[in-house]
Amino acid sequence: MKLVNPANKRKFSAIVVGSGLAGASAAASLAELGYNVSCFCYQDSPRRAHSIAAQGGINASKNYQNDGDSTWRLFYDTIKGGDFRSREANVYRLAQVANNIIDQCVAQGVPFARDYGGLLDNRSFGGAQVSRTFYARGQTGQQLLLGAYSALSRQVGRGQVKMYPRTEMLELVVVDNRARGIVVRNMVTGQISSHAADVVILATGGYGNVFYLATYAKGSNATAAFRCYRKGALLANPCFTQIHPTCIPVSGDYQSKLTLMSESLRNDGRIWVPKNVGDKRHPGEIPEEERDYYLERKYPSFGNLAPRDISSRSAKEVVDEGRGVGETGVGVYLDFADAIQRLGKSVIEERYGNLFQMYERITGEDPYTVPMRIFPASHYTMGGLWVDYNLESTIPGLFVAGEANFSDHGANRLGASALMQGLADGYFVIPYTIGDYFVRVGVSDIKADHEEFKKTEREVEDRMKKLLSINGKRSPATFHRALGKIMWEKCGMGRNEGGLKEALRDIPALREEFWQDLKVTGDNEELNQQLEMAGRVADFLDIGEVMCHDALDRAESCGAHFREEYQTEEGEALRNDKDYCHVSAWEYTGDGRPPALHKEPLVFENVELATRSYK
Amino acid sequence: MNLTLYVWRQKNADDKGRLEKYEAKDINHHMSFLEMLDVVNEDLIEQGIDPIAFDHDCREGICGTCSLIINGRAHGPELATTVCQLHMRHFKDGDRIYIEPWRARAFPVLKDLVVDRSALDRIMQAGGFVSVNTGGAPDANALPIPKKNADTAFDAAACIGCGACVASCPNASAMLFVSAKVSQFAYLPQGQVERKARVDRMVKQMDMEGFGNCTNHYECEAACPKEIKVKFIAKMNREYMRAVVAK
Ligand SMILES: Cc1cc2nc3c(=O)[nH]c(=O)nc-3n(C[C@H](O)[C@H](O)[C@H](O)COP(=O)(O)OP(=O)(O)OC[C@H]3O[C@@H](n4cnc5c(N)ncnc54)[C@H](O)[C@@H]3O)c2cc1C
Ligand code: FES
Repeated sequence: MKLVNPANKRKFSAIVVGSGLAGASAAASLAELGYNVSCFCYQDSPRRAHSIAAQGGINASKNYQNDGDSTWRLFYDTIKGGDFRSREANVYRLAQVANNIIDQCVAQGVPFARDYGGLLDNRSFGGAQVSRTFYARGQTGQQLLLGAYSALSRQVGRGQVKMYPRTEMLELVVVDNRARGIVVRNMVTGQISSHAADVVILATGGYGNVFYLATYAKGSNATAAFRCYRKGALLANPCFTQIHPTCIPVSGDYQSKLTLMSESLRNDGRIWVPKNVGDKRHPGEIPEEERDYYLERKYPSFGNLAPRDISSRSAKEVVDEGRGVGETGVGVYLDFADAIQRLGKSVIEERYGNLFQMYERITGEDPYTVPMRIFPASHYTMGGLWVDYNLESTIPGLFVAGEANFSDHGANRLGASALMQGLADGYFVIPYTIGDYFVRVGVSDIKADHEEFKKTEREVEDRMKKLLSINGKRSPATFHRALGKIMWEKCGMGRNEGGLKEALRDIPALREEFWQDLKVTGDNEELNQQLEMAGRVADFLDIGEVMCHDALDRAESCGAHFREEYQTEEGEALRNDKDYCHVSAWEYTGDGRPPALHKEPLVFENVELATRSYK
Repeated sequence: MNLTLYVWRQKNADDKGRLEKYEAKDINHHMSFLEMLDVVNEDLIEQGIDPIAFDHDCREGICGTCSLIINGRAHGPELATTVCQLHMRHFKDGDRIYIEPWRARAFPVLKDLVVDRSALDRIMQAGGFVSVNTGGAPDANALPIPKKNADTAFDAAACIGCGACVASCPNASAMLFVSAKVSQFAYLPQGQVERKARVDRMVKQMDMEGFGNCTNHYECEAACPKEIKVKFIAKMNREYMRAVVAK
């Protein structure tokens, strides 16, 4: 890795798109080094990025508990959790820097949970046999993001970062096979403008809102990443999306988002549905022998703590059989009656009080007396833009960090490892690899008045005009909902060839309707939330299609990607290491044409490929 | 249920703005307040009327984006609840609901219910941080922190920066917001070196942004969705005195 001389750093500039954990930490760290940074986010303040919502915690292998944790163990658990579909080297580096993240955050004043001796406390999370998760009550993401935001604010105050809130990136500009900058829209005035820099770092989060209903913030979108894909960056493993098992179920058609209930609830709650199809009795009236505690029945040794992908799929199965609960029949019970009897209400209250309160606020039901209802929801995207070990995409000068890249979680992410990855990328990877890039290629001589920028601005303006001029009948939200339904049914928790082929017919049809019958009120030169949404839905339609291509091509089951044709006799995922031990990286080949597949073989030199078993 | 809404409509910062009346029909009591507005907006779009602009993002009470005054109260009638977590079961058929933006000199309206809160960011940029660069931090357990202090620091750090405190204060004071950050760091060993300079710079910026003074109405504490306590304002005042005396 090459180094930039301190005196030369001020000659280089970087664009960071995104102010979540990955973006804020990268922007702050680059500015500290002396680079000139511009940072963009669509919220009114960088502090509101979606990372703020993470609840549970962040992993590191400090081994403070003396329970045998190590860099190697964290590395191995993460590789295995991803069902052996991630790159060894990247994951190892992640495990190596994890401890530095905790040190850094504490130094910033992040108030992690502590014990009475004043030292840091840990909790356990799924997929690990050690206690390695650091947390700040149920608001770990908030506290980590505010830490990164404070570092960013410091650099904004010093003038080393120029912050652009309420500004949406709508295009990447590439000249002579090098990323040169971006074209953005000011979301208050509608003004389209260009920003040039020596490097562009994308940290724009995941695309899980493609399912419409998700645990993501409403504004989370695929636009920035997808526009880069259209400019030549490869999109890797787009079908690897995580569906989290414990979310509050949908209550009606008006529903706009789903709320996560922390996975920790499964430590004491028992999951069940009625044994008989169509049993609509009140849960209290269903006798013990007519209940099916299906996770305990199918996975006696892990029971209610089976991993996320397996728990989610099992819930879907019983609902598909017609045994779901609640008004809509799309939900399962998470019952604390036994735990309350065994431990007393006060213990449960102490452990989960704030979650029970949140549940009651949303549903109006008291989980101390009536079992909670839960159902899986879209929560995280393991797939993303393809990057090399240095986090550089296939477009030189375009780097990708955080959830927006594909690098570390394979086919399934373990709890508390997304926060770790976002901050690892931003604090401890990007600052080094960007310097190396600058030395290799030097200062970019293309400025924002270059013809390519002007041309791209015109393209963006035309696109806005086009969206505004269709003048059809349907609002963007109705299309988003329709797409979400297709994706959820055909490319959700269970996928099969027939369904995916249908989706590949349904999505283009929906897209066609979108471009003919869309209605966007207002105009471009103002704060126009309908226009913002329309642009995002257009890109979701396109990325959804690539996801289906990927899911169809990957004729195996691994991690969260469950192809129904490939399962064991007991209904477990059947991996095919002979034919699919690779990263699928998709290349844009033009509108209306299927994307082209590139394969990066995954070579395991340090771990042995094993079958995940939780029986 | 059916409701009558009186909603603040303002085309842009220069427009004068006015309340408009809308009917919200067939509202389900399971909906969140923002989902009710979504339904109303879909209806407006169908009628060819510009939908109501309002800020929101996480819709789970943590990002601090949503910001509505409902019937005169920041975030509406429920205690310790952001408006995105407020559900329609707290309203009844036939209710008349007034919906307005945050009102404060330092928060100009951008459109309808959307305001500019960047003044809060500028206060943070003035001093809401510990000056530590990435890398070179000592081991996280090198410096034990009494649990009580860590917990108090957390109580202050729970602030989501929504600005409800400002919007509910008769003086439009940002003292609760600023004091939460000042207190978080005052209770932790990290950043002690800059303790005095921090409070001094943040208070200066706060005054420059045009926020008012605290005259002990305590409306901010009542409106705060994260139940940040006014005791932190007292803490900040002490910190500020120490800083000024030192100068
Ligand atoms: C409810 C919930 C709980 C979670 N809990 C945990 C947990 O306990 N532990 C864990 O490890 N992980 C958890 N996760 C996952 C984790 O929070 C995310 O994966 C992670 O925070 C993503 O960080 P990021 O920086 O990559 O992106 P984000 O935080 O999503 O930030 C994206 C940024 O990009 C900006 N942006 C996006 N598009 C554009 C555009 N077009 N133009 C300009 N700017 C744009 C946004 O404004 C934002 O600043 C949870 C996720 C959810 C939804
Ligand atoms: S929308 Fe995030 S707090 Fe309300």
